[in-house]
Amino acid sequence: MSAIGLKIPLLRSRHVLPGFNLSLGFTLFYLAGIVLIPLLALVIRPFTLGWEGFWTAISTPRVLASLRLSFGMALLAAVIDAVFGFIIAWVLVRYRFPGRGVLDAIIDLPFALPTAVAGIALSTLYAPNGWLGSLLVPYGIRLAYTPWGVLIAMVFIGLPFIVRTMEPVMSEIGQEVEEAAATLGATRVQTIFRVVVPMLTPTLLTGAAMAFARGVGEYGSIIFIAGNIPGVSEIAPLLIVTKLEQFDYAGAAAIGVVMLAASFVMLLALNGLQGWAAQRR
Amino acid sequence: MTLSTREIRKRAFVKPSEDPLWLKALLGAVAIGFIAILLLLPLVLVFKEAFAQGLEGFWRAVADDDTLASVWLSLTAAAIAVPLNTLFGIAAAWCVAKFDFPGKAFLVTLIDLPFSVSPVVSGLVYVLVFGMQGWLGKSLADHDIRILFALPGIVLATIFVTFPFVARELIPLMQDQGRDEEEAAATLGASGLGTFLRVTLPNIKWGLLYSVLLCNARALGEFGAVAVVSGHIRGVTNTMPLHVELLYNNYDYVGAFAVSALLAMLAVLTLALKSLLEWRYADELAAIHRRH
Repeated sequence: MSAIGLKIPLLRSRHVLPGFNLSLGFTLFYLAGIVLIPLLALVIRPFTLGWEGFWTAISTPRVLASLRLSFGMALLAAVIDAVFGFIIAWVLVRYRFPGRGVLDAIIDLPFALPTAVAGIALSTLYAPNGWLGSLLVPYGIRLAYTPWGVLIAMVFIGLPFIVRTMEPVMSEIGQEVEEAAATLGATRVQTIFRVVVPMLTPTLLTGAAMAFARGVGEYGSIIFIAGNIPGVSEIAPLLIVTKLEQFDYAGAAAIGVVMLAASFVMLLALNGLQGWAAQRR
Repeated sequence: MTLSTREIRKRAFVKPSEDPLWLKALLGAVAIGFIAILLLLPLVLVFKEAFAQGLEGFWRAVADDDTLASVWLSLTAAAIAVPLNTLFGIAAAWCVAKFDFPGKAFLVTLIDLPFSVSPVVSGLVYVLVFGMQGWLGKSLADHDIRILFALPGIVLATIFVTFPFVARELIPLMQDQGRDEEEAAATLGASGLGTFLRVTLPNIKWGLLYSVLLCNARALGEFGAVAVVSGHIRGVTNTMPLHVELLYNNYDYVGAFAVSALLAMLAVLTLALKSLLEWRYADELAAIHRRH
């Protein structure tokens, strides 16, 4: 009995199919050469200055302000995207109306449009003499070339993450639960807030975490609209570029390591969230 | 006022899982308004500014030597990066989907890693390896090999940011299809390459095309990572997105938006093809969508 049970998995692992060594070998070689070894070069670089040097490099007011701006605005952008992304996904999944397909395709525009193009377009749009910026001037509101410009760009690039994460789950959840709630006397608004939203919360958080991670690292679409004033509207990725231009490699690498660490934490959090979302479903 | 029976029936039964009309109107208006202002307006603006001086102004900006050089450089970088990442994606999906080995889940997580790294950090890592203060900088300079501020650096940065595109689409697709068909072919004496070309490839071709399309769009449009390694030499190491930045910072708005319009057309074309593939081959792509 046990011999057979043992033999079959063994047979399988003897690989009926060819190409295991070749494909795995190439995968590992390519992964190590392109991604892992260069990342290692980044991780050990700041520590050529020792822990203290690393700490001095990232604890200057300018670096701290840029990290606070990148992380703070990315969080705010993720919240805004979560609210509107939820509504957009709901409309696209649940309602039938002409032009829905086109609207659905446009959602991916921030994925497909190069970030530099988005950057100059948003900047021109929200500048005080732009289409939208000029509407706000009478109220004394300035968005471009202020920290709020950073927020606008991050909201732009983060939106598809929420919508694309929500859509498949929204169309999967059974409408029986909603019908049951209605039968039991709940109003439609009650059903949405007490039944639908709680079911979708883990998925919404997953999408928001993706948007947040993308916002923290975003560079191209932000630098044109932000104004880039050190300490005020200078994001962390831009400060890395600035330090590189001044040949401060260790300083640039120190900020890079902080951002890489944040990426790792987000990756782990996302794995956890996806597990939770799968359980909820 | 009299109502036809059809209208009465329509009014009498509203599905309980259907939103009331006022809610539909409200949410629909919010969704369409948000998409129009946030996504559509910038796209419209790009084309309007590109043609601000008419077709002639647009044409003059596009036919400029430095612009054409940037188009050529972008196409060259993508033409190297996309096939390499496609080959990698197929190899990775083959070993992950068709075999069992320890550490598989960890490998898949590592493949996804470049997506969560900031583009600027993606460029930075190569500066730290190949730069003058980097690991290999000195010996490369001694042998007069240029990686940074030249095509190889731009290609490497492009490969890094588009690294997971093909692999992460093909892995769930090939896992979903299992191994039975390939094993049957192998048992009947088909060669490894024959099995792949005749059995696996027909099953994944639309998913493969889909992922190559997205990979290509990102490769041509990458800005942050390439900006760090390119050195910004006008007409030599400026890709299209970098050329947009240069023109914009030189107050040549028509030029900047003309090159942007080329990239925006590419983006719209990509979205159209993507939607077409999603609509036409929904079943084949189902595994991808379940994961996204």
